Formats: sequence, C-alpha cells, structure tokens
Amino acid sequence: MNPQNYSEQILVVEGWQVRLTTYQLGDTWHSKADNVSPGASLARMTGATRDEAEQKALERARQLLGRTQRRAV
Amino acid sequence: MADYAHPEMLVSTQWVADNAADPKVRIVEVDVDTAAYNEGHPPGAIAWAWNTQLCDTLRRDILPRDQFEFLMNAAGISRGSTVIVYGDNNNWFAAWAFWQMKMYGHPDVRIMNGGRKKWLAEGRELSKDASEVTASGGYSASGPDNSLRAFLPQVRAAHDTRASAMVDVRSPQEFTGEILAPPGLPETCQRGGHIPGARSIPWGKACNEDGTFKSFDDLKQLYGGEGIDGSRPVIAYCRIGERSSHTWFVLKYLLGLSNVTNYDGSWTEWGNLVGAPVEKGAAQSVARA
Repeated sequence: MNPQNYSEQILVVEGWQVRLTTYQLGDTWHSKADNVSPGASLARMTGATRDEAEQKALERARQLLGRTQRRAV
Repeated sequence: MADYAHPEMLVSTQWVADNAADPKVRIVEVDVDTAAYNEGHPPGAIAWAWNTQLCDTLRRDILPRDQFEFLMNAAGISRGSTVIVYGDNNNWFAAWAFWQMKMYGHPDVRIMNGGRKKWLAEGRELSKDASEVTASGGYSASGPDNSLRAFLPQVRAAHDTRASAMVDVRSPQEFTGEILAPPGLPETCQRGGHIPGARSIPWGKACNEDGTFKSFDDLKQLYGGEGIDGSRPVIAYCRIGERSSHTWFVLKYLLGLSNVTNYDGSWTEWGNLVGAPVEKGAAQSVARA
C-alpha cells in the first residue's frame, strides 16, 4: 500500500499552533495533530473521510491544549 | 556549497528503498508517537519504543548496557550490521536512538534523512506487517562512552566558568519560562526558564520543511550566529534529552564540531534542583553570554 493525498496544515487551537498531518491509506484516512514546537503528537485518529479523521484529531488536541498554562515572564 | 562533515551518517529515502532487504542492513523506526509504526512502515522496518525500549524503565537513565545488548540481539543486529534509524517529526527520537547506539559504540549507524515524514510525502510503500526478525546472539557493546554525554556536575561547572557553550534547544516559550512543558504535555519541572548563559536555538531550526537537514552552510550560519562555532565545547540540552540528541547529531556529524555533549538530564533535572540558578526571559546578546 502507498499513502495518498498527504497534506499538512497549521492551525491555531486554544491559542496554540497545531500541525494537522493527514493522509489516506487504502480506505482509511489517518490524521495526526502535533504541537508544532517541538512537534509532539497530541492525537492520532482515523476516519472514513478526511474530515472525520481531522475533526477527531482536532478535538483531542483541543482538550489537551486547553490545559496548558501560560505564565508571566 | 560545502558538504557535511560526515555525510556518510545520512542515507536517503531512496537508499532505504533500495537496501532494506539487504540482510546486513536493519531499518529501525523510532517515533515520538509509538503508534505511528502500526499505521504502516517501510517494508522490512522494525520499531523501537523510546519510552520503554530506549531507556532504563526503573531509574532515570539511558538503556543499561546489558539491556542494550538484548535489544540489539532481539533486533537481529550484530556489530557488523548497518543500522538505519528514522522516525516521525524530523527524526526527533531517531536521533535519541542514534545517540545511544553511539554511546554503546555501534560502528555503523546512520539516519534516514527526512524520516517518516519524507517517506509518507513521497508516497512510498508502507507495510502493516510486523517485520520478521531472526534474533542474533552475542552482541557485545562497548562503553558507555560518556564523552558524548554531560552530567549535572559538568553542567554546573560550565555554568560557573562559562568554559563551555550551552545550547537550549527547546521552544522559545519554554526558554523564556512562559510555559513549563510543550503545549499539551504534562508539566515536569518546578520552575520555568533556562540555564543562565544558554543560547536559544530550537532544535527544529536545523531542518527543512520536508524533514531533511538544512545544508552545511545554513547550519553553520544558524549556530555560528549564536556563537556555537567549535571554539568552545558545547553542551546541548532540552527538557528530557531527546530534542538535544538531535542537535548533538547536527553539531557533531553535520557541522563536525569535535566536543559536543548531550545533557540528557536537561531541564527536568535543572528546573527541579533546589538552589540552581535560573534565568527567565529572552537570552542576552551573544557578547554578554
């Protein structure tokens, strides 16, 4: 099998940058959300469509990022 | 354009496609997200989990020598094997595996330039099958070679004397103290900020958009512009030592600096120490550091 329709996009979720990497492998869409810097994975989800996989990944990322505290410097 | 100091430490995705079936070659995926391998991987590749197989799971340390030897044997790796490590996110944790293999003296370990990201983006073949491995036996490691590693006393001395340059490779927000851990991850230190005198050069700046390493000239400018030019020993650190193993690789093998160590205790050690000096905010200018 070869991955198809590989894409990356940068979004802002809960005030933080998120990179959404999505590709199709056979009939399944895979989507991963990471926190850009350093790129740690926040969510890895699958779906029958691109939109389904991406929305699931973004929702999990939103939950995790909402817990991050900014401090005064 | 100048070539890397050690270009032989990198192989291309095409090289991996052409050589993965060679019994002398072992391809190993090491990801930040250990579930990535199961989605699909280059045919013939095996996987190591950084959080269970590349560390001491009892105390905080690198893999003990006997467990390293066990891992090599289980992976069918002999001292004569050519090991290619690669992973997601610009080879972040692949560099962690590379560093430990060098700590234990494996003669021929290299990194697939661009990592998993480039492999996927190029639409190369993926397999979901677990690769069959015939375990080897009798792997005998050397070391650990602690000349590649910085421990707390060395870092304290470096801070006190400024005889070594320190590179903080975390994000700018971690460096300034605005956040205590990367966004979305658990906080693992009591204080935010950085070791006074450290330069802020986030590790990912060493990579291009496609995950490959930047050119020698670009890397020289990136690090040289912050005073990291080989005139002093260099200590790289991050939060737990993996991002800094990536920078360690870049400085040692791509730029060819002779004295570079990875402080894997990193900020989770320093930022939890009682009485350790901490600086917040942006870095001072190079001249004052």
